[in-house]
Amino acid sequence: MSTTDSIQAAAAEHHIEGHVHRDDIRSKMGMWLFLFSELLLFGGLFFMYSVYRYMHQADFSIASKEMNTFLGTLNTVILLTSSLTMALAINAMQRGKKGLSIFLQIFTILCGAAFMVNKVIEWSHEFAEGNYPGSAILAAKPSGQILYFGLYYSMVGLHGLHVLVGMTVIIFMLVFTIRGKITPDNYVKLEAAGLYWHLVDIIWIFLFPLFYLIT
Amino acid sequence: MENTEIKEQAEHTHSYGVYVLVWLALITLTGLTAVIAGINFGRLSVVVAIVIAVVKSYLVLTEFMHLKTESRTFKAFIFVALFFILVSLTLLFSDYSFMVGK
Repeated sequence: MSTTDSIQAAAAEHHIEGHVHRDDIRSKMGMWLFLFSELLLFGGLFFMYSVYRYMHQADFSIASKEMNTFLGTLNTVILLTSSLTMALAINAMQRGKKGLSIFLQIFTILCGAAFMVNKVIEWSHEFAEGNYPGSAILAAKPSGQILYFGLYYSMVGLHGLHVLVGMTVIIFMLVFTIRGKITPDNYVKLEAAGLYWHLVDIIWIFLFPLFYLIT
Repeated sequence: MENTEIKEQAEHTHSYGVYVLVWLALITLTGLTAVIAGINFGRLSVVVAIVIAVVKSYLVLTEFMHLKTESRTFKAFIFVALFFILVSLTLLFSDYSFMVGK
């Protein structure tokens, strides 16, 4: 009687103190499912791009000459580097190095900000040239070039929005880390944020050659 | 039970060096795409650009997103998703060439 009681009491105590209701595998699975919906969103846009590019090959090539290849390449390097620091931030957290993880998360956010600053420079240059939706200069160009700029602004713009969202998510993760909500035993939130950030990186890996490097 | 969990965690943890190597490979491939775009391969240019982008994505997926060490269920997930994207792309272009043929 007394032994079963004490076992039950110990089990109850263990349940309250030791056992955490959490399923990291399923959390990650949920994140992947969300990423697939993102893949569908961008996939549709890439399909549209491929058909229009096939129809207007010469116009796409001429219009892409307006792009700043240097800034495009620089932004690719920035985003790839931010992916590295994000992966390292998770790795540092796994090893229990909180300070290093915080530094790497801040670095990742700053890379995202640098990417957006470059985008602003690029877009203001395009706007100054009159290559913006609804401008008379652009409307006078052949339809293939109008389509190129339409796709450029919608696809690169939607991607930029994703970079902003990713930055916001990582800022939240940074706060969680500082407040001790993300720990070496419980870092699935940080991992999910990382997955999102890497997907944004992968989308840019395709956008870069398709808009900047058309020969 | 706890031992297997610890073991699993250890398997998930790459060394920092592996990540840096993957990053170096990604930067090199970026440089390669930019250089190749300067040379005119005609129709092959876009194929080369896409192939390099696919290789880069593969590296990000397997190493940075840890698919390499993830369970089979996750791998099957990705495979199915990518397979259906390929199917829709094939259908799209067969439809398009049919319309152009008309």
